[in-house]
Order: sequence, then C-alpha cells, then structure tokens
Amino acid sequence: MAVGAVIRGAAARLSALMKTTAARLSALYLLLFGVCAIGLVVYMTSVSVRILVTQTQETINEESMSLVRAYERGGLPFLVRVVEQRARQPGANLYLIADPNGRILSGNVESLEPGVLETVGWTSRPFFYKRYGERGPLQPPAEDGGPPAPGAQPPHAAMALVLRLPNQLIMLVGRDLGEPERFRSVVQRALILALGTMGLGAFLIWYFVGRTALRRIDSVSEASRRIMGGDLTGRLPVTGASDEFDRLSENLNTMLARIAVLNEGLKQVSDNIAHDLKTPLTRLRSRAETTLSRARGESDYRAALEATIAESDQLIRTFNAILMISRLEAGYSAEQTETLDLTQVVADVVELYEPLAEESGVALETRIDGNLVVDGNRELLAQALSNVVDNAIKYCAGHAETPLVRVTATRAGGDVRIEISDNGPGIAPEDRGRATERFVRLEQSRSQPGSGLGLSLAKAVMGFHQGSLSLGDAAPGLKVIMTVPVRRGGA
Amino acid sequence: MDIMAVQEPEIAYKAGMKILVIEDDREAADYLQKALAEAGHTAHVAADGDTGFTLADEGDYDVLVVDRMLPRRDGLSLIAGLRARGSETPVLILSALGEVDDRVTGLRAGGDDYLTKPYAFSELLARVEVLKRRSGGKDVETMYRAGDLELDRLSHTVRRAGRDIPLQPREFKLLEYLMRHAGRVVTRTMLLENVWDYHFDPQTNVIDVHVSRLRGKIEKGFDKPLLHTIRGAGYMLRAD
Repeated sequence: MAVGAVIRGAAARLSALMKTTAARLSALYLLLFGVCAIGLVVYMTSVSVRILVTQTQETINEESMSLVRAYERGGLPFLVRVVEQRARQPGANLYLIADPNGRILSGNVESLEPGVLETVGWTSRPFFYKRYGERGPLQPPAEDGGPPAPGAQPPHAAMALVLRLPNQLIMLVGRDLGEPERFRSVVQRALILALGTMGLGAFLIWYFVGRTALRRIDSVSEASRRIMGGDLTGRLPVTGASDEFDRLSENLNTMLARIAVLNEGLKQVSDNIAHDLKTPLTRLRSRAETTLSRARGESDYRAALEATIAESDQLIRTFNAILMISRLEAGYSAEQTETLDLTQVVADVVELYEPLAEESGVALETRIDGNLVVDGNRELLAQALSNVVDNAIKYCAGHAETPLVRVTATRAGGDVRIEISDNGPGIAPEDRGRATERFVRLEQSRSQPGSGLGLSLAKAVMGFHQGSLSLGDAAPGLKVIMTVPVRRGGA
Repeated sequence: MDIMAVQEPEIAYKAGMKILVIEDDREAADYLQKALAEAGHTAHVAADGDTGFTLADEGDYDVLVVDRMLPRRDGLSLIAGLRARGSETPVLILSALGEVDDRVTGLRAGGDDYLTKPYAFSELLARVEVLKRRSGGKDVETMYRAGDLELDRLSHTVRRAGRDIPLQPREFKLLEYLMRHAGRVVTRTMLLENVWDYHFDPQTNVIDVHVSRLRGKIEKGFDKPLLHTIRGAGYMLRAD
C-alpha cells in the first residue's frame, strides 16, 4: 500500500513535470534530433554501401576479364592453374569452375546456394556460399532453429559474375560482401548508441531543468497566494542567482511596493475624506434637525436652507478638489496639454485678483518676463496660480503693516519659475513640508475659509506638468515657488 | 425703443422654453422637470439614449440637457448623431466625470455648454436660458441697450443718459456680456468662462469684486440701479 502511494505520488509528480515547458521543449528537440540523425545515417549508409558494391563489381569485372584472357591464351588447363593459384592467396576472391551440370571442377568454393550458376551474368541478389575447409551450414537457419553447431562459422553472403566459357563450362568470379555488411552494422550500432545517449541526455536535462523551474515557480506562486490573501508586505523570493526568475521576482516586488504605496495613499485619502467631509456633513444634518424642531417661521427656514446650500457648495468644492488631485496624480497625458505662454496666464491671474487685492488693502507687485513658453494645460495652471495668489492675499491682509504680495515669473535654466510671496505671518520651516499635504490646515489658518486643498491642488497641478511646488521664506512671510519645465525644443 | 429692447427678453422668459432632459437618474430628472416648470419652462424627460435621440430628432425643442452617461446610447454619441442630421438645437452636457479635459471632449462632440455634477440648479437654469438666447442669433447686434445705458460694440464706448463712462477693457467685456444677456441671470462661473475665458471654480469673491467695481462705474451718480445681485445664483442686468 505504501509502495502504491509512493508510485502514485511519483506518477503525479511526473505528470506535473510533463506539463512543464521545459519537458515539452526537450521532447520536441529529441524528436527533431532523432529524425535528423536517422535521416542522415540512412542516407550515408546507403551511399557508402552503393560505393562499396560498385567497387566490388569493378574488381570482379577485372578479375573475370583477366581469367577469360588466360583461357583464350592457354585453354582450360592454364585457366585452372591460374584459378588455383589465385584462390590460394589469403583474402582471395571467390573462384569456381563447374561443368554444365553445375558440378564443381575447380576453385575455392565448396558449395553454394543452388540455382546461382543457372543464369549467366551478375547474380541478381547476394547469395550464400561456403569455402573449402569451412564448417557449419550453408545458409542461416530460416527460423530460430536452436544454437548453431559448435565451431561453426557464420555463413557468408557474396555477389558474383557468372560466365559461360566457349566449351560450355561455367566460371564464377565473386567477392565476399562481408565488408559492406560490417560497415552497415557498425553504422547501425553507432546510430542506436547515439540516439540512446541523446534520449538519456534530453531526459536528464528535462528532469533537472524542468524540476528546478517548477520549484522556482511553485515558490513564486506560493508567495503570490500569500500576497493575494491580503499580506501586501509579502515579497517574492529572490535567490540571488540574477537569472530570469530573479529578475521577474524583482520586478514584481517593485510593482508590489508601488501598489503598497498607492494603497497606503488611498487609505490616507479615505481617512482624510472621512475627516474633512464628515464634519460638515454632520453639521449639515444637525442644522436641518434643529431647524425642523425649533424654527418659528418662514425666515428661519429660509436662513437654514441658505446655510445648507452654502455648506453643500463648500462640500462639493472640497469633493471636486479631491477628485481633481487624484486625477492629476494619476499622471500626465499629452492630449490634455498645449503649447502656451505662461506670461499671459500669469498676467490674466494677476489681473483677475487686482481688484480683490485692492479691496483688501493689499499691494500687488508683479514682474513678469515675456516668452515663457511651456507645454501645459492653461485651465489647470491658471487655477493653481489663482489658488496660490488667493492664499497670499488672504494671509497677508490684516496681518502686515503694509500688506504686499509679489508675483514674479522668470525663466530660470530649463524652467519657468514663478514666485508668489507675501509679507504675512508665513509658515514655520518645520511645518512647510506638511503644508502642501492634502487636507493639512495649519492651526493658525483654521479660522480662514477654504477647503485646505488649495496648495495641495496647486502642487498636484505642478506635478502633473513635471514641475514642482515648494515653500520658502520671504522674510517675513511665505514664498511659494512653482516651476514648470520650458517647452522642449521650443523658444 | 429703449424699453422694447429691455422688454423683449422678458417676454421670451415668460413664454418659456421647451426643454428635453435626457437623464437616466429618475429622481434627478423629476427634480429638473419640476424646477424647470417652476421657472416657466416646459420640460420633457427621456430616460435612455435611444428614446432621447428619437424625441430630440422629432420634437421641436429649444434646448437639450443631456447626461453624458446614458443607458443604450451614451450622451456624446447621441449629440454627434443629432449634429450629423443637421440639428442645431443647443445642448448642455451634464457629466459626473471629472477628467481634466472632459469639457473639451464634450464641446468637441457638438455640445454647446458643459456642467459637472453635482451642480446648483440656479447654475443649470442660467446656462440653459443663455443657450436659447445664444442660438437666437442676436449676437450680430452692434449696440446693446438697457434703460438709459448704451454699449457700442464697434467704438467700444459706454454711455449712460448721454454721459460717457470710461471702462477698462476687461470691464467693457464684462458689461458687454451682462448686457447681451440682459434680463437673465448669469452666474460667477459663467462670467469667468466668458469674460476671462477660464473654466474653473472661482474661489472666494474675485468675480464679485470685479462686478461691484463695474457697478460703481455705471451706477454712481444715477438713481436707478441696473446691475442686480441675485442671491444664491449670480447677477442680472435689468432696467426696471
């Protein structure tokens, strides 16, 4: 039973291995190599055998010609002498002279397959023969008729030319086919050996490569299952071998890290939304409730409804800003931008805010250079600028002796640099980093109206344009520095 | 003559417009229908793109209010379809999408104005009424009059009761827009869009300051107020 389980387990593992790409590739290669090798070997043996046979035929031809000449010169006795002489040489060809009835008169062949001498010319197929002094059967047994007799030599096959001499005697000159046969069998053995080695090699490669790959993939999918299970801090294993698997794991890990960051951002946004939208929503609801229970007349209702509308407008504004920031942070797309001159945009925004500044008793000072061409979205840039200018006016009005907002737009290296500074209370250096984060409203600004998203939105707009927004010290007051890259290749 | 020029939009307002609202949110559509009726207009509602297209194609509407995302046929393809059939009925697109260039896409598809949800009804009403006016083809006028106030678009001069009132270029554009839509409410966003050509939510009270400056110039020394603030909505230039 235990053995059965082990076998079943091994079979399951094998079937898993078989499904791997490495196994399929190995099998395919093996098949391809096998077919090619067989084709090559078959072609080569057939060509070589043909060449050997042709050579054999030429040799026989020459022999028989010289024997015929000997017969013509000296008659039968001379021929027999020549034949006997040649037949005695080691490794000699086959020589045979027989009477018209096939009885052997001379030569080195003791017996041969019947019927060979009956047709004149080349034997149509290899035949078996026996030389003098050889033991054993003439032909190999047709069926497996037991072991050959002890001391028996294997039968030989040969090809021969049969001639009829003028006195009706039959002469046969032949040659043993052992050499081509040996060659063929050597090639066959080599082929089988090579194919076997190849098959074994393919199996071993497939087994080890496939199994290693399988193990790595298993560990990766195990890790991803854990991550899918909710553990976003999990990472895929990196072995340090710097191979494809490591590169894949490293890339996936980078992706996971990015996802974790985004996820964290999302969580923070939802926390912030909960914080910044829940408060006004609660206020909205309790106002409606109070009005329902306490309102005395139409004017009470009217006032409450107007406050409700104002509050919901503010909520919508906050909500739109959150959406806009998320969209901007999602990335830049060339479709949403055009080539524009920031000079005009900055001038427009300054012009838009001039009356407001004047009414608030704030002096507005500007220095705008010409030809500040960038690739950008006019609406977004104008909105970002107006957010910052709005803030600047708001924070220095009433905070400074002679409130002043200074707007400068210049070209600095590869950037257009826009600085908006006020001489209001400013932001302490340690708070500057936080001030552009979403929803952060520093304590001192809590009394001011606004969603607290103005600077964050402006920063997101600058980020969208591959620019930046940073806060500095205008001594006294706050300086907001915005940069947008100058249009590439443009003036 | 002066009185006629002022009276005309008033009459048009009272006569009411025939408006088709194509919106799949039933509650929103019902609310719009009621509110438009209260403002003196007749509104029909279609709940999906196909019905909306058929109604808009057959009916003789003054203005279409089209939600961008509709079942069966989306708003933009509906508008493009109508435009392809030669319809010139002004269209206001409503959208809950918030992409940076949605507005541009909407206007390119053949819309005349674009409003993002959630919107204030006063904003929608003001825009719908201005749309009808815009399609009336009255933009070719060279002289606008409201009471004793005259604006000459060719010579860029403004006079009230025969007295020249010097205005900055932007103030002139602002007054021009208000006078073109005399008797109708224009919102702050509409002013920022049409006078400054920027489409974002004007924060705080930038626009109000511009309007009150203009008001100072055209009303100072005169008895009758012309430029009225409409609470919760915007402004209206009217001589009554």
